[in-house]
Amino acid sequence: MRVKITATVAVVIKEEGISMKICITSEDKTLDSKVDPRFGRCQNFIFFDTDTGKFEAQENTNAQFQGGAGIQSGQLVVSKGVKAVLTGNVGPNAHQVLSAAGVSVFTGVSGTVKEAIDGYKKGQYKAADTPTVGSKFGMPGK
Amino acid sequence: MIISIVSGKGGTGKTTVAVNLALSLKNIQILDCDVEEPNAHLFLKPRIKEEVKASIPVPEVDEAKCNYCGKCREVCAYHAIAVLSGNNGKKGSVLIFPHLCHGCGACSLLCHEGAIKEVNKEIGVVEIGEKDHLQFVDGRLNVGEAMSPPLIRQVKRYINPTRTVIIDAPPGTSCPVITAVKGSDFCVLVTEPTPFGLNDLILAVEVLRKLKIPFGVIINRCDIGDGKVESYCKQEDIPILMKIPFSREIAVSYSEGVPIVKKDGSYQDKFINLYLNICGIKNEADSSY
Repeated sequence: MRVKITATVAVVIKEEGISMKICITSEDKTLDSKVDPRFGRCQNFIFFDTDTGKFEAQENTNAQFQGGAGIQSGQLVVSKGVKAVLTGNVGPNAHQVLSAAGVSVFTGVSGTVKEAIDGYKKGQYKAADTPTVGSKFGMPGK
Repeated sequence: MIISIVSGKGGTGKTTVAVNLALSLKNIQILDCDVEEPNAHLFLKPRIKEEVKASIPVPEVDEAKCNYCGKCREVCAYHAIAVLSGNNGKKGSVLIFPHLCHGCGACSLLCHEGAIKEVNKEIGVVEIGEKDHLQFVDGRLNVGEAMSPPLIRQVKRYINPTRTVIIDAPPGTSCPVITAVKGSDFCVLVTEPTPFGLNDLILAVEVLRKLKIPFGVIINRCDIGDGKVESYCKQEDIPILMKIPFSREIAVSYSEGVPIVKKDGSYQDKFINLYLNICGIKNEADSSY
């Protein structure tokens, strides 16, 4: 009985593992960087594969937009095929794009990117059902 | 001639100058282009003869025709569109954020599938009226609407070329201001002699120099603050057109909604002088080209 259950669990993990990519908003491009508390206007995105432990960092060129940064950052993250986003806060437009694409957003995340990934794996964060900040939250000077 | 009344900083006295100048002259049309908070009507109390709804075209996607190619998203200069292509049998979707849309039409024009049509979204109203011989137009942006330039353009469609036009512009130095002052023959920059006034005056001067519109400065509440605005103007060779004192009489009349020229006739001469001053500088600028 016990053996059977273990086998089932293993299969599930493997299936999820195929595309279990998550995205962490980051101030810099390494796993030791600090989590950027903004989503749409974060400095970098780190795409982390929880299956292989490999990651890829990408500068967020949307951060400079006067308007629509959240929407286009949402678009970018969705196009990378991620299943979850770890960040500090998410605004209304970005939240709409991410939720339309079925991407879970975990907010209130801080510390280093590595700590965020560990926390996520341990199930420490709660998915945000609604935006956590208003429009233009991440604008410089705000 | 179109004269725009501008300021970097808000609350320096644009409307006071616009309204009093309008009432001191003949054959005038005044346009309140501060559509987010129009207030010239409070002082002029015009009879509104016509209200025209203002709208912008925003895209609507026929998802039966859409192939989620993402072209519309790519060409949207205002980043107002997201295209989710869908996978694993999940249907794609196009998300449009109308409050970011400027109604430029690029998405519908460039959609290969003909899947986008434009529908009108109401953003406010243009009010056309008069007060005695003064022609009056203003725009009123709907509450919650973020996009004022399209409405400002619709207000400016009513410009009467047979009259001297005075435009009361919004404060600041961004898109709404540019939209309001574009095409003006002269700009009057209203400022106050404070560090904030000077800081924002410098920004506004940079904008007007880029737009190549001749301008001069009015220093309002000229007897408070410091002399830095004046020395800046001297240094930059910017004409000071008029100085308005920090006076209780003006403040009281303002709070009653009465233009100062209606209370104190001597102010009418001052505003006529302002106009003559503007004409002189404008002629000089024209002949120097």
